[in-house]
Amino acid sequence: MTDIQAQIDVLPGLDPGAQLLEVNDLHVEFRTRDGVSHAVNGANFRLEPGETLAILGESGCGKSVTAQAIMGILDSPPGYVTRGEVKYRGVDLLQLKEAERRKVRANRIAMIFQDALSALNPVFSVGFQLAELFRKHRGMSRQDAKKRSIELLDQVRIPAARERIGDYPHQFSGGMRQRVMIAMALALDPEILIADEPTTALDVTVQAQIMGLLAELQRERDMGLILITHDMGVVADVADRISVMYAGKVVEEAPVYDIYARPAHPYTKALLSSIPRLDMKGQQLSVIKGLPPALNAIPAGCAFHPRCAYARDQCRQDPPPPAYDVALGRTARCHFWREVIGDE
Amino acid sequence: MSDVVLETKGLVKHFPITQGIVFKTRVGAVRAVDGVDLQLRRGETLGVVGESGCGKSTLAKLLVGLEKPTAGSVQVRNEDMVRLRGGALRRARRHIQMVLQDPYTSLNPRMTVGDIIGEPFEIHPEVTPRKGREKAVQDLLDTVGLDPGHINRYPHQFSGGQRQRIGIARALALKPEIIVCDEPVSALDVSIQAQVINLLESLQDEFGLSYIFIAHDLSVVRHIADRVAVMYLGKVVETGNDEQIYEQPTHPYTQALLSAVPVPDPRLRGRRDQIVLEGDVPSPANPPSGCRFRTRCWKAEDICAEEEPLLQIRESSAHPSACHFARPRDVLHAS
Repeated sequence: MTDIQAQIDVLPGLDPGAQLLEVNDLHVEFRTRDGVSHAVNGANFRLEPGETLAILGESGCGKSVTAQAIMGILDSPPGYVTRGEVKYRGVDLLQLKEAERRKVRANRIAMIFQDALSALNPVFSVGFQLAELFRKHRGMSRQDAKKRSIELLDQVRIPAARERIGDYPHQFSGGMRQRVMIAMALALDPEILIADEPTTALDVTVQAQIMGLLAELQRERDMGLILITHDMGVVADVADRISVMYAGKVVEEAPVYDIYARPAHPYTKALLSSIPRLDMKGQQLSVIKGLPPALNAIPAGCAFHPRCAYARDQCRQDPPPPAYDVALGRTARCHFWREVIGDE
Repeated sequence: MSDVVLETKGLVKHFPITQGIVFKTRVGAVRAVDGVDLQLRRGETLGVVGESGCGKSTLAKLLVGLEKPTAGSVQVRNEDMVRLRGGALRRARRHIQMVLQDPYTSLNPRMTVGDIIGEPFEIHPEVTPRKGREKAVQDLLDTVGLDPGHINRYPHQFSGGQRQRIGIARALALKPEIIVCDEPVSALDVSIQAQVINLLESLQDEFGLSYIFIAHDLSVVRHIADRVAVMYLGKVVETGNDEQIYEQPTHPYTQALLSAVPVPDPRLRGRRDQIVLEGDVPSPANPPSGCRFRTRCWKAEDICAEEEPLLQIRESSAHPSACHFARPRDVLHAS
């Protein structure tokens, strides 16, 4: 176990005191027969240990692609990272060779996916899939690996873990499968966990179980969590900070209390007023007119301008709005953020 | 009451489980819907909520006659849809239409939008004579907020929200009184969701429609529904108006369900009453005896296993609740 651990620590340039994760100006494009789709156009964010960062956005905004680029599991071709850096403790992961990157994956940065049934291998038992991690990454014996796997399943509260270790993914319910996947992601004690819509396919009561489990495991391990979701309710419950993405850009970044109380970007503001609330009746749902742009034809200037109530000539022209500093640790890509937030 | 447009009594649907390949023998049944009584009044929206597997989609299919019930009746405008046959059934079906969940699979990709929306007229020619059909389809497109000029386009040329509008236009074609919406917005993004919800509301005002609105998203249901029925394992466990269900829920399952729904307001974090249920929903092929929720319920006592609680008004519940120990509890607001 320790020699492999040691190998990771000699990652060139690794600085334990540096920022846990820093994504700067990340660009990802998909080169297809129908032209180039710009899925991510300059994503920026940083993550601290123990912190939960939510990346919020609708389908096609580039949130999942960002996660895949950080993990290095982008389908390439057609996907390419064309610019930017992903720094883990000072090391730019995008510059690493594949063999080195593999040591980071699961060891340092792990990921859980939306659909556990398709993320798990249907022809191997969950015990085998879990044990594989320990055997390949930690060089454990079959027996030790099995023992550790049972412990892990216990930790994610799978009842009768010892008996269920030989079961196949289809024999578990949706919530249980998601627990197996969490166990798998946490097996090697990563410092960062990326959860891509972890509860979207689950019922609300199961969602509450899974989010509670994630929060508890995160606290125990002081892990940084990136939660990718479109659900503004889940975000309000668990996140510390939020990055709102639209058309491949982080349009607003802010601490969770500020963003819900006083959104600074028109898109965030419109999203918040378009969701019905459980604890209120009779509110008028405001509508964001139109559709998100196609990623191979993103409008000039601010990508949101065709749907925006605040849009003026300046918004329709390049250069697109920079990330204005709204407050300490808070940015918004809108020329008129003062007006949106209600300062003027 | 005369203004009841739809009523079900003791509606049951069991799907047989069979064994053997040549000689199939029945070894059990999945009790998808197991005795549901509902009433829908004119111009009203009845929300049906529950988790996956609780039977709400089977209920929708029973209501529009896509499945034949094992027992019970579905009365639409005082006619029992289950008993009707042939032409009478076809005529009665006109009055109850359906909007399906997934706008990507519920529209035939090889038919133009005009053909999709106009197809109901082929089956019910009395509604619109052949000559006026194109005009009728264009009017429908206009009603749901689509460009009437797009009548010859195919479904793939539309976005998800637009496709759902096509599905709604198809349901409206026969001027029905009742529309059963089975998860009509759950496949859509939030910003599009609001558009479709607003459309459904304005259509209701315009045409005096009655909706059965089936959804798993309790926030959406609260927004649109006048009354709500909560389902668990094939049975309705609690019904009431919006205020009663959301502010004063008395059934433990409703309380747990509501407390699990995240509210988009970080100030409420940790200040709401959180009930986290243990375990999963039992199999509907082998539901627990007595109260079906008792295996996950924190209030369960011996009586819950022995005696099935009826859906009725109780001493401590002003609206029908199927729990021996029904008691109101506020789980939405900060305590």
